[in-house]
Amino acid sequence: MESLSNKKKVLDQKPLTLMERMYLPAIFKGMGITFSHLFKKTATIRYPEVEREFSTNFRGMHSLKRDENGKERCTACGLCALSCPAEAITMIAAERKPEEKDLYREEKYAATYEINMLRCIFCGLCEEACPKEAIYLDGPIVPADYLRKDFIYGKDKLVEEPLVMKK
Amino acid sequence: MDTGFIIEKFILVAVIFGISLVVAMYSTYAERKVAAFLQDRLGPDRAGPFGILQPLADGVKMFMKEEIIPTAANKFLFIAGPGLALLCACIGTAVIPWGSPMEIGGKLVPLQVADINVGVLYIFGVVSLGVYGVMIGGWASNNKYSLLSAIRAASQNISYEIAMGLSIIALLLMTNTLSLKTIVEQQHGFNWNAWYQPLGFLIFMICSFAETNRAPFDLPECETELIGGYHTEYSSMKLGFYLFAEYINMFVSSAVMATLYFGGYNYPGMDYMATLLGPTWAPLFGVAILFLKIVCFIFFFMWVRWTIPRFRYDQLMNLGWKVLIPLAIANIIVTGIVIAFVEKF
Repeated sequence: MESLSNKKKVLDQKPLTLMERMYLPAIFKGMGITFSHLFKKTATIRYPEVEREFSTNFRGMHSLKRDENGKERCTACGLCALSCPAEAITMIAAERKPEEKDLYREEKYAATYEINMLRCIFCGLCEEACPKEAIYLDGPIVPADYLRKDFIYGKDKLVEEPLVMKK
Repeated sequence: MDTGFIIEKFILVAVIFGISLVVAMYSTYAERKVAAFLQDRLGPDRAGPFGILQPLADGVKMFMKEEIIPTAANKFLFIAGPGLALLCACIGTAVIPWGSPMEIGGKLVPLQVADINVGVLYIFGVVSLGVYGVMIGGWASNNKYSLLSAIRAASQNISYEIAMGLSIIALLLMTNTLSLKTIVEQQHGFNWNAWYQPLGFLIFMICSFAETNRAPFDLPECETELIGGYHTEYSSMKLGFYLFAEYINMFVSSAVMATLYFGGYNYPGMDYMATLLGPTWAPLFGVAILFLKIVCFIFFFMWVRWTIPRFRYDQLMNLGWKVLIPLAIANIIVTGIVIAFVEKF
């Protein structure tokens, strides 16, 4: 039968020729190749001192955003948690008290908001699901740690710094 | 035997011992750096500037590690193995002439520990003793991988020692002496033996790769098949001794190659330098030249290691018995004929 794809190759092991059996020509050729690599640029990035440049749509650590007046945007609707394929997000909602008006934008807010960074797959679906533009994956790489419990990031690590008022 | 002689030799031995340990230490660093550069990496660069303190860090690590002696191992031989390997590696440096006699305070001091008239044979003896460290360690571990590795090391050394010895015989036909000092003195200036014995040198070099268990002949420690081979069961500084012995062996065989074939401390224009620097400093310059040659050979060892894949065991034996030995014998015959011809006419 003729092959349809024409990709079949018959491999046969020919006995080595004298030049091949001498090994030396092939060895010199290989040594030339490795020697030329002495002068090539190294691919290493010295990590803690130098960081690789990320593309603009890189997805890193999450941050919970504030609005232009420094109020937290999150209303604890739970859409991010619902959209999360890894089930990394949990939150507890609470009602805003009148004196907390400067802290939260709407009447409902997230009293606790936790992301398990070991579960998170950095897909960005929470970012897409959020109707309030409150969560973005615009941070750096999540750093390493020793204990599992330390990878559950609460609001202390996630909420971005409050705006500093200009004097 | 005056005290001056003993003190002089003692200082020389201490200096050479220290230098060969330092060279071996920095060979481990150089090996990793060379490997890295040949693979477009950086290599160790965290300990000190450019990582030059890395060997010290490795040494400390080796000493700090837990020492494990398997219960089924023969304890005495298990400990004797690495010690023997290191000892045999070190004593090879005794007969190598490091430089021409140096004048210190009106006295000529030879820069060689012992000028014995069978220097070449001594080197061979020491090199073949070196395999006992590997064999004893491999056998005493009571581990099948180690044992296989010990068998491999022994058969490899025996096979390649024959070709090595035969390649040296062709050289000895030319030099008419076994004393390393005389052999070096005959290669004054640029009259190096490698120009007359290129084939002999090639065979000698290939055999010294096999004798030092370096790639592409590192079958005894082949990680993929034998899990590290004879040092599978070793930990802590005993493992360090084995690794160290390998690098000292490399240093010694580089020194022997430089001495026998590449003129030792001789270099073109040495007579001019001798008048320029005087009888005290010119020999030291020669020592520096010898070390330059040794460093080049060590680099070559590493360069080969990171280029050529390991031989299969049958290929290794075929190369040794069916190629190198006949070639070495042919080399002896040709050399003999040429010498007889030159003497007659």
